[in-house]
Amino acid sequence: MIASIAWRNLWRNKLRSFIIIAAVMVGILGGVGSDGFMEGMVDQRVNTAIANELSNIQLHQPDFLLNNEINYTISNPDQYIEVANQMPEVKGASKRLICGAMASTATAATSVLIFGVIPEQEKKVTGIYQKVYSGNYLTDDQRIPVVVGKKLADKLELNINSKLIVTLADSSGTITYGAFIVVGMYQTSNNLYDEAHIFVRINDLGRLTGITGQVHEIAISLFDNEQTSLVFNKLSSSFKQQIDNKSIDIRTWEQLEPLLKSMIEMTAFFSYLFLVIILIALAFAIINTMTMAILERKREIGMLMAIGMNRGKIFTMIMLETLFLAIVGGLVGLLMSYGLVEYYAHYGLDFGSMGSGMSYIGYDSIVYFKVTDGFYLASFILVAITAVLSSISPSIKALKLNPVDAIRELN
Amino acid sequence: MSIIQINNLHKTYTDTKVPVKAVNGISLSIEEGEFTAIVGPSGSGKTTFLNLMGGLDTPTEGDILIGDKNIKDLNSRQLIDFRLHHIGFVFQSYNLIPVLTAIENVAFIMELQGIPKKERHQIAMELLKKTGLEGKENYRPGELSGGQQQRVSVARALASKPKFILADEPTANLDSASTEDLLNMMAELNKSENMTFIFSTHDKRVMDKARRIVTIDDGKVVSDV
Ligand SMILES: Nc1ncnc2c1ncn2[C@@H]1O[C@H](COP(=O)(O)OP(=O)(O)OP(=O)(O)O)[C@@H](O)[C@H]1O
Ligand SMILES: [Mg+2]
Repeated sequence: MIASIAWRNLWRNKLRSFIIIAAVMVGILGGVGSDGFMEGMVDQRVNTAIANELSNIQLHQPDFLLNNEINYTISNPDQYIEVANQMPEVKGASKRLICGAMASTATAATSVLIFGVIPEQEKKVTGIYQKVYSGNYLTDDQRIPVVVGKKLADKLELNINSKLIVTLADSSGTITYGAFIVVGMYQTSNNLYDEAHIFVRINDLGRLTGITGQVHEIAISLFDNEQTSLVFNKLSSSFKQQIDNKSIDIRTWEQLEPLLKSMIEMTAFFSYLFLVIILIALAFAIINTMTMAILERKREIGMLMAIGMNRGKIFTMIMLETLFLAIVGGLVGLLMSYGLVEYYAHYGLDFGSMGSGMSYIGYDSIVYFKVTDGFYLASFILVAITAVLSSISPSIKALKLNPVDAIRELN
Repeated sequence: MSIIQINNLHKTYTDTKVPVKAVNGISLSIEEGEFTAIVGPSGSGKTTFLNLMGGLDTPTEGDILIGDKNIKDLNSRQLIDFRLHHIGFVFQSYNLIPVLTAIENVAFIMELQGIPKKERHQIAMELLKKTGLEGKENYRPGELSGGQQQRVSVARALASKPKFILADEPTANLDSASTEDLLNMMAELNKSENMTFIFSTHDKRVMDKARRIVTIDDGKVVSDV
């Protein structure tokens, strides 16, 4: 009956209980909602980076990552592509020539990174071809085609069929230049990327640079990013010999972009921090409310002690009441958060006008919320801990009541 | 054999500017089946005396023997348990748990005593009937009149099967009709159950119902008839 007294006591001052429950609810909604937003944003950034820029795993000549020197190439690239393509987790593998260059038109010039790719291979690895909004992606039957990003096209005033001149140092160090015809323009959510990356056919770039049969990079994409380290390990053991003799170096996207990885961790850290701060504030509100309730019920508690309710039971009664208060709010809050997160996970939250600023740093203007199961579980545990911690002080206060003093006030 | 034996009882409050000798050398014995009123002017020490007898407060000096137990020998935990099992209480107000119904209030004390649920329910039903509350079992205290609430308190006090019931001004908040009713009911239970009642009062009409009247003044017994 003690639990039932505690539960009914909760509803004695309905307004007060509702305020606390609502506060806990809103607090959790805020904590989980903001995590959903941040995780969603970062997740999209990571997925975009993997899909359009990084792919999951890359192979290079070991020195290439330190210094994009044109002669740090991988020989015999097709052996790696063959092995990778045999793995069921692998969606595609693409070999690339990469070369820094000056891109210019009659009006302006800017530095870019030229990617020489085999269109059919590259399409399986990066999603750039899906981001082409004008013209089309590279095909085999065009004459010296190039696909450029929207930002670059704007800057250099390029249109479909515009001529783009690239100037670069070839494998012997001689400055050469070549002309490409713009066949397509793409736009990702990352303007910085769009401004600096252009795509041509590998053979066209090979002719210009004097590199044939060798590549700078092999990018491997997977069906599921979760399998990155698994495939990394498989590839590492398949190519143990080539790695040992320093022919290649193999890296995951996390190793290639450690900032991206640490951004995920920072996001999680701040989400937890935020939630904990919210819960601490809520704990104080709960403690105050319960202390007030106990002072109001001083005489009643004194009476219970007088007729023989022992300390353990008084403590339990107040503790349960506090727990109910926190847990009702917590559960409702978690359920509502789940609903909110699911809604925005499906429909997305649109920034509208703010979005153009966001895309400069690689974020989409619509954020699809995401909250991991782990975060929900942690939230639930943190709510429970908060409930228990905030129930201790009011329960002890109740024990400190002296029945005689309370009884005096009865009469 | 007396169920309460009080020897040279003193209670002095020292937390005041001048020490107050609220109970100043009371010796008294109460026999089983008594229906006794403690009377005296305001501030004479009635409440202090009843609190000492009920084990709610500790004497400065002297002994209270209940059955063969000297209350002095019990630590605070044992004292709570002793009150639960041996003493029934009826206060002036705030007697009941407002969120529990009449029957739940009566059953609650038996739950504290560890009596099984079924038995509790049955005893509580019987006691509410005896105290004239048939049909009101599922009313909460707020839905009952002051007199009915005091009846529930008496039923609860009986439910714990105590050695005696202490009631400090149980009728102070009641109108004269309810006072009369409550006292008659208590007197009946005193006869039918042979339950010992000790109650304090200011009220002349209440005193008249008592079979023994102990008058105290300045913490001392001035008459005992
Ligand atoms: N906790 C306390 N601290 C100090 N003095 C107290 C305390 N409780 C009671 N007293 C004093 O002890 C004396 C006896 O008080 P008590 O309440 O026992 O009298 P009473 O006969 O019950 O009075 P009433 O008829 O007004 O209820 C009074 O002078 C009172 O002021
Ligand atoms: Mg009094």
